[in-house]
Amino acid sequence: MTHYILNISPVAILVHAAIPLTIILVYALVAIWAERKVAGFIQDRLGPMRVGGWHGWAQSIADLLKLIQKEDIIPTDASRFLFKFAPFMMFAASYAAFAVIPFSSSYIGSNINIGVFYLLAVTSVLTLSIIMAGWASNNKWSLLGGMRSAAQMVSYEIPTIATVLTVIVVTGSLNLMTITEMQSGNDILGFLPNWFIFQNPFLIVAFVIFFISILAESHRVPFDLPESESELVAGYQTEYSGMRWAMFMLAEYADMLLLSLLGATLFFGGWNSPFGDFMSGPFWSFFWFMLKGLLLVFVMMWIRWTLPRYRVDQLMHICWSILIPLSFINLVLVALWEVIF
Amino acid sequence: MELTTILFYLFSVVTLGAAAIMVFSKNIVHSAFALMFTLVGVAALYVLLYADFLAATQLLVYVGGILILILFGVMLTSQGYTLNFKTITVNLIPASLLSAGAAVLLIFAFLTTDWKISEVTERTDTVYDLGMLLMGDYILPFIVAGVLLLIAIIGAILMSTRLSVKNKGGA
Repeated sequence: MTHYILNISPVAILVHAAIPLTIILVYALVAIWAERKVAGFIQDRLGPMRVGGWHGWAQSIADLLKLIQKEDIIPTDASRFLFKFAPFMMFAASYAAFAVIPFSSSYIGSNINIGVFYLLAVTSVLTLSIIMAGWASNNKWSLLGGMRSAAQMVSYEIPTIATVLTVIVVTGSLNLMTITEMQSGNDILGFLPNWFIFQNPFLIVAFVIFFISILAESHRVPFDLPESESELVAGYQTEYSGMRWAMFMLAEYADMLLLSLLGATLFFGGWNSPFGDFMSGPFWSFFWFMLKGLLLVFVMMWIRWTLPRYRVDQLMHICWSILIPLSFINLVLVALWEVIF
Repeated sequence: MELTTILFYLFSVVTLGAAAIMVFSKNIVHSAFALMFTLVGVAALYVLLYADFLAATQLLVYVGGILILILFGVMLTSQGYTLNFKTITVNLIPASLLSAGAAVLLIFAFLTTDWKISEVTERTDTVYDLGMLLMGDYILPFIVAGVLLLIAIIGAILMSTRLSVKNKGGA
């Protein structure tokens, strides 16, 4: 019984696996700073300005160093093992999902054939780690936040999966690398790249539904009910402090990036350059891919500082009465389009 | 020892250990979370057998779906303080007799069956083959299962709406 992946030396596997981790960590430091800057500019103020000189770029690094020094407080009546374990499980789930993201034309963590399906399956563990954190804290706000989050994520998983399925209907493959390769070239109307968003009018609808659902899945405003400060203190994170809390933040930002990168892969051509062969190649493809992903992350931040929060019943209404029926009708229409054209 | 063998024993220990905690824990939520480790361990064993699609399905359906439903059920139906969901042991003697009988049967079956041990063949196209089979040879069971699930969903909705209508009438 020989597994080809296990024949490679362990060091090589570790280096291979560390690439997404490095990307997540650097991105998280930049994104947390960028979030505060975006918030500042939208609210007509400056945001962090002091640490590091130019526009306070080292603010997140200073925050991280501060968090490492903080005391790790565990409530007396908490369920100790689950309380300690939950943040790491949450980060492990989002990190594991990065394995199937094709970061560049020459790098993908694991080129397995069930790509997207694996990604959706692994991220469903996130919900469980949030319930775990909420319950183990033994705190009413935490538990309410955890329950809300579970209800929200389980509900919004359906439109997410249905819209991913519409793309799968077009591609006929679950492998994200194959899906990206199918979007190479600039043939639409003579100049537009062959990205799925331009290929088919129903896929634009699918992208809109997908984007709303990933906002809800990554707990961003207007769907940030699990941690709505004004009613639940901080939701499931209320009792956490220091590095464990930092792990939650890291997992949240990693989840945001993951779902944005998935959206970029499925609808915006992944690592394909928008100019055909111009500026393509392993490095440039990485650049374009991150650019697309980070643009979607920026839109998420923009929405956060623009829209107010929905109520729980409105959230459920949007999902079950609007997004789910729409996404299913859209799936059928895309399938018909594929049969006819 | 090969890395695969080490991983196999590691995940077996996780699966069995978590299953033991699930059965013997006095706290029902701890049992539910232990069940999660068991299910993830089984998924990892599927991966070692090249059943990647099955492993992902195991995660999506059992860990991401059924386990959350179990936790919801426990948390929404209990009364009182949430951290102390105790399980109580009832029918100790008949239960132990039945499980002892089942254990004897299983061990007997395990020892007497002529197991065919075959080398695991490396597969990469599991989803493709599975899709071809589901849409070809097994299309009828596939559709029947789909219809069955649809009936179950409609039934569940019907039962829950009837209950809420009754409640409204009563109030």
